[in-house]
Amino acid sequence: MKFAKTTLAALAAAVTLGVSVQAQAGATLDAITAKGFVQCGISDGLPGFSYADSKGQYVGMDVDVCRAVAAALFGDATKVKYTPLTAKERFTALQSGEVDMLSRNTTWTSSRDAAMGLNFAGVNYYDGQGFLVNKKLGVTSAKELDGAAVCIQAGTTTELNLADYFRANNMKYTPITYDKSDESAKALEAGRCDVLTSDQSQLYAQRIKLAKPDDYVVLPEVISKEPLGPAVRQGDADWFNIVKWTLFAMVNAEEMGVTMSNVEDLAKSSTNPDVRRLLGAEGEFGKDLKLPKDWAVQIVKQVGNYGESFDRNVGAGSELKIARGLNDLWNKGGLQYAPPVR
Amino acid sequence: MQPNANSPRVTGSLLTDPKFRAWIFQILAVIAVVALGWYLFNNTQHNLQSRGISSGFGFMEQSAGFGILQSLIDYTETDSYGRVFVIGLLNTLLVSVLGIIFATLLGFLLGVARLSHNWLISKLATLYIEIFRNIPPLLQIFFWYFAVLRNVPGPRQSLDVGETVFLNIRGLYLPSPTPTEGFWAALVAFLVAVAISIFIGIKAKQRREATGQRFPVLITTLALVFGLPAVVGLIFGNPFIWEIPELKGFNFQGGFVVIPELVALTMALSIYTAAFIAEIVRAGIMSVSHGQTEAADSLGLRKGITLRLVIIPQALRVIIPPLTSQYLNLAKNSSLAAAIGYPDLVSLFAGTVLNQTGQAIETISITMSVYLAISLAISLLMNWYNKRMALVER
Repeated sequence: MKFAKTTLAALAAAVTLGVSVQAQAGATLDAITAKGFVQCGISDGLPGFSYADSKGQYVGMDVDVCRAVAAALFGDATKVKYTPLTAKERFTALQSGEVDMLSRNTTWTSSRDAAMGLNFAGVNYYDGQGFLVNKKLGVTSAKELDGAAVCIQAGTTTELNLADYFRANNMKYTPITYDKSDESAKALEAGRCDVLTSDQSQLYAQRIKLAKPDDYVVLPEVISKEPLGPAVRQGDADWFNIVKWTLFAMVNAEEMGVTMSNVEDLAKSSTNPDVRRLLGAEGEFGKDLKLPKDWAVQIVKQVGNYGESFDRNVGAGSELKIARGLNDLWNKGGLQYAPPVR
Repeated sequence: MQPNANSPRVTGSLLTDPKFRAWIFQILAVIAVVALGWYLFNNTQHNLQSRGISSGFGFMEQSAGFGILQSLIDYTETDSYGRVFVIGLLNTLLVSVLGIIFATLLGFLLGVARLSHNWLISKLATLYIEIFRNIPPLLQIFFWYFAVLRNVPGPRQSLDVGETVFLNIRGLYLPSPTPTEGFWAALVAFLVAVAISIFIGIKAKQRREATGQRFPVLITTLALVFGLPAVVGLIFGNPFIWEIPELKGFNFQGGFVVIPELVALTMALSIYTAAFIAEIVRAGIMSVSHGQTEAADSLGLRKGITLRLVIIPQALRVIIPPLTSQYLNLAKNSSLAAAIGYPDLVSLFAGTVLNQTGQAIETISITMSVYLAISLAISLLMNWYNKRMALVER
């Protein structure tokens, strides 16, 4: 039961925040090293980002970030335990220490950074909010949605953007709010609402889960900026750095052409100084990050570079077939850009 | 035994004085509790600060920025979280009050029905009670919401009654009254009718107690309360204009809408709680000795009157205390609303607001205090009623 879970998480937050010994720098990283695995908060079922496949294994882009962190830290991408969280549960779960990191298509905003005590480690998917409607309605633009009933997930930025968009365009709507994205999708199918609104990536993912995906269409308007990325709680800069640089390593690897298949060869034989620094052949950059020397090799070997993860989960190699678009590398017309390792 | 005031006080070590020792332990216990509370509060403050999480109640004045499905007071997205709290509270109270009313009516009916001499009625009531009190309320909510109300047709295929009342998956659309100039006259007429009815009721009771003659109070009351405003309405013009809901664009516009979430929740809670109330009512009636019924029979009272004037008033003394618990349960179970997206206090305030602000400790403590306050208020009210109904010993 969702309510009980939310309340429990909140109570847990209250209790742990109250009782736990005062947070110290490095406390999170020390605890993770001691227990030997990363506790990662993921979404409660979103194709392409985090969902259980036919073998019961969690897969997806967000799951890959968790696995990459474990690969960097322990040299073993399987040393992750997952906690599926709804949008409403996620922040209390992270604040209270129930999870070590949140990799759950979460939008980076100022209030989440400042008031909720989170640190966003970067952006692993540039997204924007869109609308999914039944073709039968004959709607071709979001501007025609005046008076519509709109299904949304509770406790998301989409809830706020939706209100802003309709207010700015002087339109009215009826919000139908559910905790789980699955419930919203079912409500759309049943006709409880006319429109489902969420980040576009989620809409594509939700659509393939519907009984008749072809009856539904994603409207062209993108009404917001939704930079989605992994987040950690404040108070442990070392841990924050590890998550941040894991993400950067994946992007840098793609840019340098380091892939799952050639990473081990390149680690031994590459003459490119950038590649040598990333893969630990030159310098002590892993040690500075409190990681093993071959941290980036393990990430790419076990999880792949950013492009491989994208293609496998949401891109050309997946059912979703989402174009790279904004998520292409900076030198190919996209926004994915990582600071250099040096 | 109090020692005699004149007898010499037993003197000894303070530590062996039971009275003194009791005091010391109580003081120590209080200090320990206060210290623990202070420690928890202080540590929480420190940890919140060191993790960069905002605290305090300042967020209540910030603008909320999200839409709400159902609000009993005016609300726009620019209103504050404080107003969202009030809306959530009112929605919780609405579903609790509706649930309590329906559960009580249904419960009394079923409790009496189960004792009926009619085999079919009594067995049907038994069946109802055994089914509904043994299925968890959350499942019943799901049943009404997902299995029943999800199968109502969409807005364009709405079921309608005379083109004025419409039922579809988005809710039940009723015409809504808008007051006109005639409204105040009708309101005054209504209040006058109520006052006269109360007066007649008191007089009728006095007459019955003095002479034993009965006066048809119910019929006269109904005639007055509906008739007088109607007559005044004919003179001063119709007090209301009825706004009929109309299909415009995606949905019906205008009129008054009862959302399916509210219907599912109210139905599930009333039907579930009614099964318990029925058993309480049955127990209450059975606690009244059979001699009372026989005495009423020998006086020639009809069955209905015996039940209403002899049995129920005595049974109420047994019924009210456990009934209070059922009311409390219903009010608390209304928090299951979150499961189907009804915007009650838990779903709206302890859910959405908590998530948008990230202030778990504040929102959860406010929500818990509100449920405590609602429950205590119900208890107080029912205790007062119980005192009124209790046997007056002369």
